Amino acid sequence: MSTVILLLVTGLGLGALYFLVASGLSLIYGLMHVLNFAHGVFLTIGAFLGWEVGRRVSDGTWGGLLLSMLVGVVVGAIVAALTEYLLIRRLYERHIEQVLVTVGLALAGVALMEGIWGTDPIYTAKPAWLTETTEILGARIPNDRFLLIGIAVLVLLGIVLFLRGTRYGLIIRAGVENRHMVTALGIDVRRSFTLVFAIGGAAAGLGGVLASVYYGYVSAHLGSSLLIFAFIVTVIGGLGSLAGAAIASVLVAVLQQFANFYLGGTGDLAVVLALAAVLLIRPSGLMGKAAA
Amino acid sequence: MTTTNRRRIAWIAGSAAIIVLAAILPLLAIEIPGVFPGPTYTPGTLQLLAYAMLIAALALSYRLLFGLAGMLSFGHALFFAAGAYGLGVVLEWFAPSELPSEVVFIGAILITLVFGIVLSLTVGSLALRVGGISFAMVTLAFAQAGSVLIRRNPGGATGGEEGLALDITHVPEGFIGVMNTRNLYWFALGVLVFVYLVVLWVERSRAGHVAAAGRENELRVRVLGVRPYPVKLLVFTVAGALAAVAGMGYLLLQSGAAPRVATADFTLTLLVIVVLGGVGYRWGAIIGGLIYTLLDQRLTALAGSEAIAALPDVLRIPLSEPLFILGTLFILVVMFLPGGIAGIPQRLRTHRRSTALESKETVDA
Repeated sequence: MSTVILLLVTGLGLGALYFLVASGLSLIYGLMHVLNFAHGVFLTIGAFLGWEVGRRVSDGTWGGLLLSMLVGVVVGAIVAALTEYLLIRRLYERHIEQVLVTVGLALAGVALMEGIWGTDPIYTAKPAWLTETTEILGARIPNDRFLLIGIAVLVLLGIVLFLRGTRYGLIIRAGVENRHMVTALGIDVRRSFTLVFAIGGAAAGLGGVLASVYYGYVSAHLGSSLLIFAFIVTVIGGLGSLAGAAIASVLVAVLQQFANFYLGGTGDLAVVLALAAVLLIRPSGLMGKAAA
Repeated sequence: MTTTNRRRIAWIAGSAAIIVLAAILPLLAIEIPGVFPGPTYTPGTLQLLAYAMLIAALALSYRLLFGLAGMLSFGHALFFAAGAYGLGVVLEWFAPSELPSEVVFIGAILITLVFGIVLSLTVGSLALRVGGISFAMVTLAFAQAGSVLIRRNPGGATGGEEGLALDITHVPEGFIGVMNTRNLYWFALGVLVFVYLVVLWVERSRAGHVAAAGRENELRVRVLGVRPYPVKLLVFTVAGALAAVAGMGYLLLQSGAAPRVATADFTLTLLVIVVLGGVGYRWGAIIGGLIYTLLDQRLTALAGSEAIAALPDVLRIPLSEPLFILGTLFILVVMFLPGGIAGIPQRLRTHRRSTALESKETVDA
């Protein structure tokens, strides 16, 4: 029983990370039909700069971690908005080229960060409480899982409130539904493109700092490995659906944890099989619109 | 003699001349400082050129998918790895020692080829049930599964992170050792020419025309009463089998296989090569493959040079990362040079014609 709870909570923690990456990917794809390969770069640069600032102010304290998260959010948002403004916007409506540009950015960005911070993982310090465990129904659960789950829930709530309660959120939701109609009504959707990129980048940057807490290190390849699972999550959940991304994040991560424990470390393969199964049975994903 | 005939003869003669030139390179002593590590007869240069030609062959097979049929696959590395690891594993584990080495070697190649065809047929028939981005994701997922499997090292067959070393018991002597690099070079050239001819044959066939039409407008192909699925599956399978052939060449050339060739990053590299060279041109994939491999190798050499080490950090760090330079170059090509490198002559020609037209118009006015 305690093993099941431990796997479940750890899966939820990992799912929280996947969600922070997948939420942005899903929104961006839903609105702009761009599969953003550079999303991993937003995450990694957020993690690195957050760590650099956090350790200079106060390493391994709550204040330092909060500052790191703040820096991660800001850096992720700025880098993402710049990417949209300088590269994606110029290739308006040419989706394949837009994907190619993000691929180039991903290659160049990872290489640049390898050049600056080296190829080896850098181990990070975190507040003492996060290194301890809490006992729930006999399972000793590392405390950082709770932090991840809590923040992911806050981000989900924040994005939902923004989408439901503000004018920009309304335009984004309408744009995901039918972009041409919104344009025909005289609203410039392109302005919300930068905004969606910034939101996605901010979530990814925050995810980067949290990933360095979860894994205990930062490295230039932090983003690339999470990105592949985030892609899978996005497709399983249904491209463009935030709720789908949230549900699929949890399902994928929990499935991965259980398969890793009970089926001899086959978590990655189980996730891939789940993706293939979902696509063959329901090509638009769990909560997606009809296949576009 | 008609113009088309004359052009075809000129084209065949030109291609033959290039192949002959490439074939006699190991006998010449051409030295291009900065491009080749040494004169063309040295094993180091031949090894690099052979590797570049195999990558070019692989890029050609990827162009068949992406350029001809418009299928954006993120899993092409899987079939290359299937060729490389497949041949390595068959040679090491299933080779009956009572048969002569030549028979075992040829047999192993045929078994691997069949394996590559069956694998790409299976993956293709599943992945092609969905289209667009979902197709890209399914291929990515299968390739990821393959990559994980290779790293897991099941039963010690793939060597895990260390990679797989070629078991040379049954490999012909002419393919072993530094002294025989020129044989491997000719072998790689043969693979490239073979892949090119198959790609040409597929593109000129009826299936190739249907695939190209489906890329432009699938709905119209359906309206004409042609089902695109079997054609796409055929193109996918042929591309996968050709990638496996290139993979076998890679195993023999490198005397082993590294897990890197199964990763999604490796497929992204192929995408970069094809777009860099020019998606619309068969030559583009070859030129892209050669230029990318040479650039990658030379930029790595440049990164370690003293001239770079003396620069301040702001310049030294970006310049010492070949992938950073290649990635930036790729972005620039996508944004400002849509036809790629092979499209430059065409671009210049149209540009000249349009400027000529403009000046004529001004005169008229």
